[in-house]
Amino acid sequence: MALLDRGARSIFLWEVVKGLGLTFAYMFKPRATLNYPYEKGPLSPRFRGEHALRRYANGEERCIACKLCEAICPAQAITIEAEPRDDGSRRTTRYDIDMTKCIYCGFCQEACPVDAIVEGPNFEFATETREELFYDKDKLLANGERWEYEISRNIAADAPYR
Amino acid sequence: MTESLWQNLWTGYVFPGGLILVHILMLLVPLLVAVAYLTLMERKVLAAMSLRMGPNVVGPFGLLQPLADAGKLIFKETIIPSGANKFLFLAAPCITFILAMIAWAVIPVADGWVISNLNVGVLYLFAISSLGVYGIIIAGWSSNSRYAFLGALRSSAQMVSYEVSMGLVIITVLLCVGSLNLSAIVNAQKTVWFAIPLFPMFIVFFISALAETNRHPFDLPEAEAELVAGYQVEYSSMAFALFFLGEYANMILMSGMTTILFLGGWLPPMDIAPFNWIPGVVWFCLKIFVLLFVFIWVRATVPRYRYDQLMRLGWKVFLPFSLLWVVLTAGVLLAFDLLPKGV
Repeated sequence: MALLDRGARSIFLWEVVKGLGLTFAYMFKPRATLNYPYEKGPLSPRFRGEHALRRYANGEERCIACKLCEAICPAQAITIEAEPRDDGSRRTTRYDIDMTKCIYCGFCQEACPVDAIVEGPNFEFATETREELFYDKDKLLANGERWEYEISRNIAADAPYR
Repeated sequence: MTESLWQNLWTGYVFPGGLILVHILMLLVPLLVAVAYLTLMERKVLAAMSLRMGPNVVGPFGLLQPLADAGKLIFKETIIPSGANKFLFLAAPCITFILAMIAWAVIPVADGWVISNLNVGVLYLFAISSLGVYGIIIAGWSSNSRYAFLGALRSSAQMVSYEVSMGLVIITVLLCVGSLNLSAIVNAQKTVWFAIPLFPMFIVFFISALAETNRHPFDLPEAEAELVAGYQVEYSSMAFALFFLGEYANMILMSGMTTILFLGGWLPPMDIAPFNWIPGVVWFCLKIFVLLFVFIWVRATVPRYRYDQLMRLGWKVFLPFSLLWVVLTAGVLLAFDLLPKGV
């Protein structure tokens, strides 16, 4: 009887027909994907995207050129040069991140004592040339200005867990 | 004398030749558009069945995607491998494409709408679809690449195996019709489509058509998981596009052949009022469309066969089965005196 059953199933392509039915039913189900450039998924406040250098509310740079980020960077993507400014405070004269080397581990923002270097929520910074990904201090400060609202909100949201 | 010569030239050669050219254009232009949009349909249906969107950015609902793809392929460089036989390497895609196109010469799109109403139409179709293997095997050999060669070997073995059972299926249909003319085959289905009395043969033919066009689940010649892209692996740009067009045109051709042999060609399902208002072309295209949907549907459903399973199915299942049905059909036709007489 089992033999007959198996034989009938294979002759009438039973499994194939069942599979076809399944795929047909799936055709009318709602999509499981996001229509990416137009729809985006939610991001965690801890998301580690494009880097930014922040400023204090009075416009002063946060970075004090302690070079902890440079030291901890496992990819050695950060290059910092520093000297005392005219008013005697210690500031960077050069702050470069090679975004092609960066592995987005977030160690720099963890190392930073003044929350100056952070990884913001932006992940759409693809460029057409390699050179555009060698970020300098101006670019990073500009990022800080552009993303300050989101970055400060994310830091505030994550603060209770630190 | 000269006047009548010119007259003869006009009525005998130029005018009929021009007319045939117009007919060919009327068939091939819609066919190529259909091929282009078949690729879009395939991507859309596959996407829908795996809960994705499919192309939707180029034009409304992605309707201009085939044009964008074509543009991209045209402007790319045709790379010829240094070890390749240049002439054959470039001839292979042309052969595939040309064979996919010329087969359409005998396909009756509607009653009397056929470029060449051959009395051996079925044989012609069968011959052309068998020649298709040359394009693939030449491509595989001339590429001078292991993947391409393996793909070509598989493809030729597969096409040869499935043509045997396909031939027997066609013989059963011919027994019921008594003619090799494709229009006569369609007209013989006025009372009932052959898909109904010969249903198992219809299924065998359709599955063989899947194998013949190297479609899933029999896409071993280009099995991307093991052979990268099989015989197409060294091709780029327009040469690749010709293979692609040829393959999809072959899909449409096989659907057309199935429609003519089993689904009553341009005939409506029933010869009553709302159905027979619709012109035959529409019915023909509609049936082809449904079959093409099944082609894609099967691709979305069934995983690829292993090579020995493929050969086993072809030689140990389909061949004896279709042979049995030839004998059975012939016996029934003879016993009940149903053989077609003097068509």
